[in-house]
Amino acid sequence: MTENNNRLKGAVEINRERCKGCDLCVVACPCDVLKLQPKEVNNRGYHFAFADNASACIGCAACAAVCPDGCITVYRVRPKAVAR
Amino acid sequence: MTIDEIKSPENLVYAKPRLLNDRHMHYCPGCSHGVVHRIVAEVLEEMGQDNNTIAVAPVGCAVFAYNYIDVDWIEASHGRAPAVATAAKRLNPDRLVFTYQGDGDLAAIGTAETIHAANRGENITIIFINNAIYGMTGGQMAPTTLEGMKTSTTPYGRQPELNGYPLVITPLLAQLPGTCYVTRQAVHTPAAVAKAKKAIRRAFQSSLDKRGTSIVEIVSTCSSGWKQTPEKANQWMVENMFPAYPPGDLKNFKD
Amino acid sequence: MESNSNVPGKITPDDNVRLMKGNEAIAHAAIRYGCDGYFGYPITPQSEVLETLEALMPWETTGMVVLQAESEIASINMVYGGAATGKAVFTSSSSPGISLMQEGMSYIAAGELPALVVNVMRGGPGLGTIQPSQADYWQATRGGGHGDYHFIVLAPATVQEMADFVGLGFDLAFKYRTPAMILADGIVGQMMEKVVLPPFRPRRTDEEIARQCPWAVTGRAASRKPNVMTTLELDSATMEQNNERFQRTYRLIAENESRCQTYYTDDADYLIVAFGSVARICLKAIEEMRAKGIKVGLLRPITLWPFPQKQLAGIAAHTKGMLVVELNAGQMIDDCRLATDCSIPTFHFGRMGGIVPNPGEVADALLSHFPEAAN
Repeated sequence: MTENNNRLKGAVEINRERCKGCDLCVVACPCDVLKLQPKEVNNRGYHFAFADNASACIGCAACAAVCPDGCITVYRVRPKAVAR
Repeated sequence: MTIDEIKSPENLVYAKPRLLNDRHMHYCPGCSHGVVHRIVAEVLEEMGQDNNTIAVAPVGCAVFAYNYIDVDWIEASHGRAPAVATAAKRLNPDRLVFTYQGDGDLAAIGTAETIHAANRGENITIIFINNAIYGMTGGQMAPTTLEGMKTSTTPYGRQPELNGYPLVITPLLAQLPGTCYVTRQAVHTPAAVAKAKKAIRRAFQSSLDKRGTSIVEIVSTCSSGWKQTPEKANQWMVENMFPAYPPGDLKNFKD
Repeated sequence: MESNSNVPGKITPDDNVRLMKGNEAIAHAAIRYGCDGYFGYPITPQSEVLETLEALMPWETTGMVVLQAESEIASINMVYGGAATGKAVFTSSSSPGISLMQEGMSYIAAGELPALVVNVMRGGPGLGTIQPSQADYWQATRGGGHGDYHFIVLAPATVQEMADFVGLGFDLAFKYRTPAMILADGIVGQMMEKVVLPPFRPRRTDEEIARQCPWAVTGRAASRKPNVMTTLELDSATMEQNNERFQRTYRLIAENESRCQTYYTDDADYLIVAFGSVARICLKAIEEMRAKGIKVGLLRPITLWPFPQKQLAGIAAHTKGMLVVELNAGQMIDDCRLATDCSIPTFHFGRMGGIVPNPGEVADALLSHFPEAAN
């Protein structure tokens, strides 16, 4: 990875097959991390969400809170870990 | 530290609750039902009630709720969930018993059962999804459909002189001595979801504590029925539904 | 004497032989059976069931739940909800109320739930009359609500049977996971007779329910796969399999559980078929006719569904004709003709609107159709 890894604060994992591409997580994200796949679709034909700008994630879980399908798992670097 | 390294158990802040199983939910993209299912599952899990819950599903879009949340369920006939829950609770008084009902189920065909269960103060929680439309049957007028709102059975908009007024039922229920906690919530923003989740937890605890009937109305969207994108539907809800159905507690008790 | 008092609540466990109404007997029998719950709505002529239960306060003794619901619709759905948790629950009503319950009854049958419904019939259609009738025979035996289903239908003729059929109805319902109905009429509901009440037995424990009803929605989902009581199945192939399973059960019940009582049938030239209280009037008519040398017998179906087809066909094979006596325009006569393949002349005699015939009318009806009998 080329980015400054020490600035990474969080990460999201999206269950692409559960996702219905409703876009609500994209709207909820305060850091513009998420996007819907412009072309690719999942097995059910939905343009699923993905972390387009993954390194901007702060692990706030706003996306997961509004996700109607429970597709999103969120991680946040613990303060200690950041310090280290 | 790489992104993959961040994705470790000790950094986990949110994952789908275990009680919300892996079945693909049949709801349309962006449907509020999904969010409410998820937070109900979270609350049940957090309260440790997964081995102590009898849930009652309605007729309507949420008829298949029992497919998604892994507790025991009874699927009631249209509108009768409060009657079914009444018996389930009275015969199994230590269980957490709740119904999950839409606006047509609760405030049209099931008005009598809703009001009488609440008036008896049955120790149950009623989760009331109000999206002002019949979703499952294809977008017909609901009792809670707003004045002027277009549906497939009010194609020119709901006109009170033709179709009656929107039935704002939650304040009626709040007046009944049998209810202990009546609140109106929404799930359109992370903050709203957090509040709604707290409300559901308070309602469930009240049911376990046998305080009376708890009602949690969730003002919701139906993007398919409203013919809007989920994002637009949330905006439309804030602008149009909230004036008629303002979020907040209608009845509460001191702890 | 205190112990013989009919005042509800003044009953000791030894006080088993009582004089009471059929409706009261049902209430007493339910408590003694170990019934878990009753949900009902007042309607004449059966309100004594709820009244007696409320007066006896079984929630303080056996723990049985008794609740006056807001409607018959709520009542039957409470029965559905209670039965879904594996509890032994019942409701009672009379004809118009039973009509309101039909959707819920269809759900109970579709859910393969053991439950009991009591219909103390009154005259219809519509609001009709509060006087006795048997005009709900078709509704009771054909299913009544939507879809292919049956209730096991028991027809009591005495207050004793009102009491006995509570236990029988529950036993059959749990044995076959099929709801049962006691189809009584206003006479047997309101009439007072001597009744020997069944012994008290305890309500089942939660452990017993879990063992007897592994399907029950007990709320204990973490210790097993979640139990879901639903009657919805959108996959047609699966729904057909469900229907086939229901029908297999119904065939099993039809083979094993048809019941009837016969009187004077061994040498009978003519046969009267009647159920419920009317069968007793017919028996009196038969005794009067036999005194005149007219050999008439009686078959009283006890289960209306399953109908005692074989028993009737066996007797009809050596009789010259059959009169079906009912408090309706002619409903059970269909089953009598089907059972006998229309092999003997079969006529109907009935009174409607709450009128009960006397024995003389029954005899006259028989002789008018079979004048040769008098010779």
